[in-house]
Amino acid sequence: MLKPSNFKKSRNQLEGYVPGMQGEKPSVPQRLYTKCPMCEELRPTEELAAQNGVCPRCGHHFRLSARSRIAMVCDEGSFTEWDACVQAKDPLEFPGYAGKVKAARLKTRENDAVVTGEGRIGGARAALFVMDGGFMMGSMGSVVGEKITRAFERAVKKKLPVVGFTVSGGARMQEGMYSLMQMAKTSGAVKKHSDAGLLYITVLTDPTTGGVTASFAMEGDILIAEPGALIGFAGPRVIEQTIRQKLPDGFQKAEFLLEKGFLDMVTPRAALKNTLAELLKLHAAEEA
Amino acid sequence: MEEAYRILQAARAKDRPTARQYISHIFTGFIELHGDRRFGDDAAIVGGVGRLCGRPVTVIAQERGETLSERMRRNFGMAHPEGYRKALRLMKQAEKFHRPVVTLVDTSGAFCGLGAEERGQGLAIAENLCEMMALRTPVLSVLIGEGGSGGALGIAVANEVWMLENSVYSVISPEGCASILWKDPSKVKDACACLKLTPQDLLRMGVADRVIPQEKTFEKQCESLQQEMDEALGRMLEYTGAELAQRRYDRFRKMGVYSE
Repeated sequence: MLKPSNFKKSRNQLEGYVPGMQGEKPSVPQRLYTKCPMCEELRPTEELAAQNGVCPRCGHHFRLSARSRIAMVCDEGSFTEWDACVQAKDPLEFPGYAGKVKAARLKTRENDAVVTGEGRIGGARAALFVMDGGFMMGSMGSVVGEKITRAFERAVKKKLPVVGFTVSGGARMQEGMYSLMQMAKTSGAVKKHSDAGLLYITVLTDPTTGGVTASFAMEGDILIAEPGALIGFAGPRVIEQTIRQKLPDGFQKAEFLLEKGFLDMVTPRAALKNTLAELLKLHAAEEA
Repeated sequence: MEEAYRILQAARAKDRPTARQYISHIFTGFIELHGDRRFGDDAAIVGGVGRLCGRPVTVIAQERGETLSERMRRNFGMAHPEGYRKALRLMKQAEKFHRPVVTLVDTSGAFCGLGAEERGQGLAIAENLCEMMALRTPVLSVLIGEGGSGGALGIAVANEVWMLENSVYSVISPEGCASILWKDPSKVKDACACLKLTPQDLLRMGVADRVIPQEKTFEKQCESLQQEMDEALGRMLEYTGAELAQRRYDRFRKMGVYSE
């Protein structure tokens, strides 16, 4: 019989948070000073947070939580959350899954890896979905798929554009095929939204890979990426194992994808809100 | 636990029939159509037109190849973006001429390599998911061997998804799962049991609609598939194109388990 106690705890960075590694992760932790992983400069954490997690010296974009991103792009007090109570179950009784979800909830204080809702960006109304990489590496299970699908369905009813921030290691293995099916489900909802003549802007953030790249992340009318973001279908390690050679520098980075024609623009965080607001206004339906 | 592993091995058996053998037994007058009109022709995906019990259909299949040299040429059934784009081109063509689409799924996954990434593997699959969802013609997918994650789903957004008794469909390879869970790729048996990748599991979960029993001979297998496919497409053709797209959306819309 398989019992959770049969298995060693996962040590995979993509699959969850590894104790003892917290300090090395490129996020903005709750400490007085934070070191930039790129230029190694030490900065007061408060100063970094005020800069929306961008290193003032080298421009490195730290990973941000979903709530920080919402605060960054939405007009103050304009965001109303949708479907906050949707929670993961453990349909496969997968070893260790229930514990991982619980730990991720405690760590991020989110119910799952995406926050959805409606807000205003520079005055323009939009439906939003914002993924949170801190929650099991932004993996997509039933909850992420359901909330994003509902966001698109609601946006169709309310005739709203959608702005979506992606960060993900891919489909959530622990929910098996239910996770894979979320790729089709969300894509169907994006398609209906698109056929209704509504705008969908994706902001791809570091890292966006796997089943999320192969579904709603790439389906936007306009694709924006943050500087230096890793964006790909397969992760770099998987590719290196497959082809048995080192990947060239900058491979799968936002700038590389821009050059290959897969992105509309690479936009630094400081300019993001204005860019989104302008694009939304440009596509706004004429007031009846 | 043993059962899931046994099915995985049967699904991966080197001597079991590949897609082209099914095509030549089930469909008559099959004419292969090549190329994605953008970059190249991917031999990992075979597509074309033929007849199923007299009815014109478009067939799209992942082909692993029979001999070693053929397997290499077909990249062991692991498609590049151009394979998915060829599949989409042929599906849109089927829609134009009101032909049903039958896809045969058999891949360990979409290829993970430099060229595949450079040419937009993620985008190619994403576009297929979107477009297949809205296709105004019947789509029937049959898993004839291995259904490897997004690479399989990229041609399997169908009105009905069937699985041969000895086929699997999984979000991640059991080896990948084992190496993540236990840092030990050899614990494939345990991983198989965890992932719920067998036809019976997936039937229960609503991911598969039908399990096709294994027949004694390959000829009998194809005969029964041919009959069942013909019946299913006949049933689907009673709906309008828009209804078929909506029913396909509804089929996937209800998938997922959560509480609130």
